[in-house]
Amino acid sequence: MTGVLGAVLALGLLAAVFGLLLGYAAIRFKVESDPVVDQINAILPQTQCGQCGYAGCRPYAEAIAAGEAEINQCPPGGEAGIRALADLLGRDFVPLNEEEHGEHKGRMVAVIDEQICIGCTLCIQACPVDAILGAAKHMHTVIEEECTGCELCIEPCPVDCIDMVPVPEDINQWRWPSPDERRIDIADRSTASG
Amino acid sequence: MADHAGDHERLDLSRLHHFHGGLKLPECKAAATATPLRTLPVPPRLILPLQQHIGEPARPVVAIGDQVRKGQLIARAEGYVSVPVHASTSGRVTDIGDYPVPHPSGLSAPAIVIDSDGDDTPVAGTPHGDYRSLDPSELRNRIRRAGIVGLGGAGFPTFIKMNPGPHKPVDLLLINGAECEPYISCDDMLMRERPQEVIEGIHILMHALQVGTCVIGVEDNKPEAIAALEQTVAADHRLGDIRVQAIPTLYPSGGEKQLIRILTGREVPSQGLPADIGIVCQNPATVAAVYHAIHRNEPLISRIVTVTGTGVEAPANLEVRIGTPMRHLIEACGGYTPGVDRMLMGGPMMGFALTSDALPVTKTTNCLLATTREELPPPEPPRPCIRCGECVRVCPAQLLPQQLYWFAHARDFDKAQDYNLFDCIECGCCAYVCPSRLPLVQYYRFAKTEIWAQERDRIKADIARQRHESRQERLEREKRERAERLKRKKQAVREGDDNSKQAAIQAALERARARKQTGADSPEKSD
Repeated sequence: MTGVLGAVLALGLLAAVFGLLLGYAAIRFKVESDPVVDQINAILPQTQCGQCGYAGCRPYAEAIAAGEAEINQCPPGGEAGIRALADLLGRDFVPLNEEEHGEHKGRMVAVIDEQICIGCTLCIQACPVDAILGAAKHMHTVIEEECTGCELCIEPCPVDCIDMVPVPEDINQWRWPSPDERRIDIADRSTASG
Repeated sequence: MADHAGDHERLDLSRLHHFHGGLKLPECKAAATATPLRTLPVPPRLILPLQQHIGEPARPVVAIGDQVRKGQLIARAEGYVSVPVHASTSGRVTDIGDYPVPHPSGLSAPAIVIDSDGDDTPVAGTPHGDYRSLDPSELRNRIRRAGIVGLGGAGFPTFIKMNPGPHKPVDLLLINGAECEPYISCDDMLMRERPQEVIEGIHILMHALQVGTCVIGVEDNKPEAIAALEQTVAADHRLGDIRVQAIPTLYPSGGEKQLIRILTGREVPSQGLPADIGIVCQNPATVAAVYHAIHRNEPLISRIVTVTGTGVEAPANLEVRIGTPMRHLIEACGGYTPGVDRMLMGGPMMGFALTSDALPVTKTTNCLLATTREELPPPEPPRPCIRCGECVRVCPAQLLPQQLYWFAHARDFDKAQDYNLFDCIECGCCAYVCPSRLPLVQYYRFAKTEIWAQERDRIKADIARQRHESRQERLEREKRERAERLKRKKQAVREGDDNSKQAAIQAALERARARKQTGADSPEKSD
């Protein structure tokens, strides 16, 4: 009888000690936020454009993590972004949902026509990354380096003085085309010459 | 020479080694080496791109309309990894703007245009006779100010290579005279005809690097160059062990890592630099440019270019001013042959197709190869990979080209990097032997530039995220502050309501009382 009691006591004690240990570890090594959201957010292009249907990149990342959104709703991220998301989440690659969210365009920047700008500050308030500089009744200008090309400043402008222009290609940013894309030209040329 | 025996043992220069793979290719060099080196006259117009090197483009310091002299600085280096650009002749700056440059993209880039005045007046300057009185950092500065970059084709600023840092002791200067790619013979002609310039330049670099040993590696298909260098070295009685070493002709023995392997047996670590294993490697033309910069105070304004291929009438090696439009070189070689099909800059293995012959010669233009369809047929349509493994056998970097191909094809860039994509030197051996005619190198170039672009995008996205988050924070804070202010005001109004009314009443009462009192007092006083 005492043997049984002793065993129960010993096991109970052990359970209590480990319980405390685990409880302490849970508090001591607590993970602040959901790391999956951060990982998804790290892949998203941070244009904050809202084309995905969410208020910015982070809300979209949260929606993906919660299983509320598909991974193919981000046109600026393009195919590479979808691939990275598919990789991270162990899902299959799906092509960009162009019908609902728009197509992938090259990098664009907003340019303010300084002759027309009336200095209303509406675009400054709309810019998600503070890339527009100016003050009330003073001309505004876009800091090209910081502009993500989200187009959110276009809509609020009352005098329609903001244009999106493609960033010109330069030799340092140029990318070799994939031979898979070029194969078509070569095939074309060989049929044309043959 | 006996006192250097210790170095030899440590360096193990006593025997040659082998690198993995490689190919014996048809050399095709005889056509351009049949005639001696010629100097091309200064053309009427020169186009000088601001970026002829790896790194930041130079920034113009002249304006349109300015008169410039030969060797005058026209664009200064911008940042550390950058070199200046100099006027190749005297004349007037007629334009600063975007011009097509020799680049695989066929894009334009900023350039300075100079119309020659025909006088070729040099800028005033005093040559520095004795380099030995200059300390290494001063020599590096002069090399930098002279705008010298690696003339073998990559165009990396030479002064940076000369500064490996104190934690990387250098014990060997290697001169890469292998010139292993078919058709190209500009270094061969330089070593044949001007060996003393190379040797003088070597002495300067040995002093700048404080090394006692230099090996000039030359492929054994250049007996004239080897003989000329050996003769010059034999007649040279200064300190320092300079030796000329013939190496077997095998493409790509002129790859930096491959040459180091052949001559020293040392292996440059993956994604590392020769300086990591105590070696600095320079091209002979670069070394000759250093000689010109230090001894004659002349910046890099000309170079030797091989003009060859069955697409030109009379192949030759020409010394031309940087910025000379390429068609002048073709004209000097008798013009095109009727069957000309394509023109490449560089050799047939690593070169790229040019879109026009109006493009200027830059610091990295080592060869213009005009070919006919028979000589360099257009690429055949590729067939599927059959996993034969030929590419693995020939790869001089000991990579797995077919695996890299599959990963690049599937855009699995992480995997490609795991398989050391960035150790690929793009020599083209794998594509040369591929029985399926896959454009393998194109896949690797595509994957590399794609990875760099993703890296740039990631950095940009990180900045945007930071800016967005701080904006959100700011908006949040402003909102909170506004709410607080409002609350405080409301409270103030509410509390103030009672208080101030009471206070006002109190004050009024006080005033009234005071007036009464003074009113009551004053008659007494007046009385």
